[in-house]
Amino acid sequence: MSAIHPDQSLANRMHGVEPGTQPLPRPQKTIPGSSDDGTLSEDPGKRAPLVLGDRSFGEVTNIVCGYAEAKMPKLWLAALTLSMSVAGIAQIMILYLIITGVGVWGLNNQVDWAWDITNFVFWIGIGHAGTLISAILCLLKQNWRTAVNRSAEAMTIFAVVCAGIFPGIHVGRVWFAWFLFPIPNSNGIWPNFRSPLLWDVFAVSTYATVSLLFWYMGMIPDIATLRDRAALRRANNLSRPFGIPMPIGKDLILPWMIRPDTIRMFVYGALSLGWRFSSRHWHRYEKAYLMLAGISTPLVLSVHSIVSFDFATSILPGWHTTIFPPYFVAGAVFGGFAMVLFLLIPLRVILPNFSDLLTLRHLENMAKILLLTGTMVGFAYGMEFFIAWYGANEYEFAVFANNRVNPAKAPYWWAYWTMITCNVVFPQLFWKRSFRQNPLVIWIVALAVTIGMWFERFVIIVTSLHRAFIPGEWHMFFPTWVDILTFVGSCGIFMTLFLLFLKFLPVFALAEVKIVMPQASPHPDHDEGGH
Amino acid sequence: MTSLLSQAADYFPMLVRKPAPRFVSESGARVHGIVAEFTEVPAVFHAAEHVRDAGYSKWDVHTPFPIHDMESAMGIKTTKLPLMAGGAAITGVLTAIVLQWGTSDILYPMVVQGKPYDAWEPFVPIMFELGVLFTAFMCLFGMLALNGLPRFHHPLFSHERFLKVSDDRFIIAIEADDPKFDPVQTRALLEKAGGTHIALIEDAE
Repeated sequence: MSAIHPDQSLANRMHGVEPGTQPLPRPQKTIPGSSDDGTLSEDPGKRAPLVLGDRSFGEVTNIVCGYAEAKMPKLWLAALTLSMSVAGIAQIMILYLIITGVGVWGLNNQVDWAWDITNFVFWIGIGHAGTLISAILCLLKQNWRTAVNRSAEAMTIFAVVCAGIFPGIHVGRVWFAWFLFPIPNSNGIWPNFRSPLLWDVFAVSTYATVSLLFWYMGMIPDIATLRDRAALRRANNLSRPFGIPMPIGKDLILPWMIRPDTIRMFVYGALSLGWRFSSRHWHRYEKAYLMLAGISTPLVLSVHSIVSFDFATSILPGWHTTIFPPYFVAGAVFGGFAMVLFLLIPLRVILPNFSDLLTLRHLENMAKILLLTGTMVGFAYGMEFFIAWYGANEYEFAVFANNRVNPAKAPYWWAYWTMITCNVVFPQLFWKRSFRQNPLVIWIVALAVTIGMWFERFVIIVTSLHRAFIPGEWHMFFPTWVDILTFVGSCGIFMTLFLLFLKFLPVFALAEVKIVMPQASPHPDHDEGGH
Repeated sequence: MTSLLSQAADYFPMLVRKPAPRFVSESGARVHGIVAEFTEVPAVFHAAEHVRDAGYSKWDVHTPFPIHDMESAMGIKTTKLPLMAGGAAITGVLTAIVLQWGTSDILYPMVVQGKPYDAWEPFVPIMFELGVLFTAFMCLFGMLALNGLPRFHHPLFSHERFLKVSDDRFIIAIEADDPKFDPVQTRALLEKAGGTHIALIEDAE
């Protein structure tokens, strides 16, 4: 442990009181002469540190809460303006769709599921990383998950929000969307519980609810931290006045407005439910968390399995295969982790102290998961093709050969090969250590995978539908501008929610990060930080 | 019964008359208890063992994160939350059974895709989903209920130093309602255990 810098000790004394101060960045970002930040050692006898820079508990609190309390950089405001505008486009498109009808989409007699269901499956897949990280990695005692679980869970919720839009508006007459729910209609007929589409309603709504509960429960203590800090600042007269951020220049200060810390104290106070960090409460809390992790694990695996039943239980060649459930689940985890990396890597640059909590080791671990799941997805693509040939079903083989793979015959060959390049080829870069330790390479691969996973759903849905059994009914699908703008707009909705999350909620699971720090062990002599 | 009443008093203080305070401070307010502060995990862990061995029952350790094995240092019994969650899981599955058989086999039987009315196979996914859903609700809300939360007011919050618990302090609080509580001896115990900033907390009604 190095000697404490005098500025640092001042920062320590002031911590928790000044609004939004960040502790000094750690002096050496990397080990001299390498790009290693001190976590990449492969020595099996040494555990890689999960928090860098010899941070104390207080400093970790300051890093995480500091960003939620400080003025966000102008870049954030610009990003929020942009993403809210894009989200507005989605709302206009949805409105246009509702008042005009699904005819504004490029659907036709053959392709009655297309862009919208592609987007639905894409977003619901993105939503798999969060609960996977918090549930499965929790059961497997992977302590590194603490750095990413909060933001990944947030992403889950926001992705499910985006996913929920599409089947809701796909029904055409949205005012009949209540037919999805288990309510009898006016003839006393109930929804058909034997249909995978209804299972899907239950699976997705259960998943959204459980993810939300899981996310919220994890946040209760951290919101309580924000509440206490706001209360302390208020008691010590350190609150900033209310200011409206301006695109250029200084904030517009409104001294007569209620102070932000007062609002924080009440809003965070209400959300944290009076949590007072009692060990008796923690005991039940940890049990509840473990049980939620236990039930969420099969839930995560079930959601995308059930989504895949929508396809697999039909008789359409290209959909009617038993490989779909595991293939969809692997793809969802793959796409979800790619999105986590895609968003968190820029965050380490924009908010520099986050790189103490989100180390290169964390990124490397996630890159390994991308490699694993990407290879599983690649195996599934190959196996699907193999069975189409080996099963000797000429319709199924034709879907693969003539609708997807062969550029001479398949009009959508470019979609298929984009998918293969992005999902199968790109992750293979991670066999090389220097690639999976380089944030820029990881970010590029994550971007490629996100694009590739969108194309996977497009390939599955559109290429199977557009040429089924009877050649007389073959028809191409072309998205309309409404299709495209609705999808772009859904990305705006996702980004808007994520940017608001960055500003107003604890982005790291504070209490959980503190548990995995070496100081948190009650028996420091014969135990090096957790079991 | 008394614990039920005292819990009800947390939510509806106007309904339940609290018993006369055992101790009052110099200003005449009811004494809630004594708090002592620690800055290191091992210190608070051993202090908790001391308090447990001294035979206190109404006390608590407030820590910014759950400390490993603290339940044994404090002598906390295992929670019955898993049982409650199991009950919720069964309720969820039963709800799905009633919902699906009740509607598809009894209320409005209809042949769909040639499947029998009472085939159980297609009903499995929703049985699973509702089981998970009910369990998740019980995990969160059962945990909160057992903890007596939400509870927005607590005497400890009146102590400004207590607010640092959410950051990096560890506080042991012993309640005045504890039969072994004694203003002098309890303070001495906490001092001996290594606590600093020992303070009496008043319960401002």
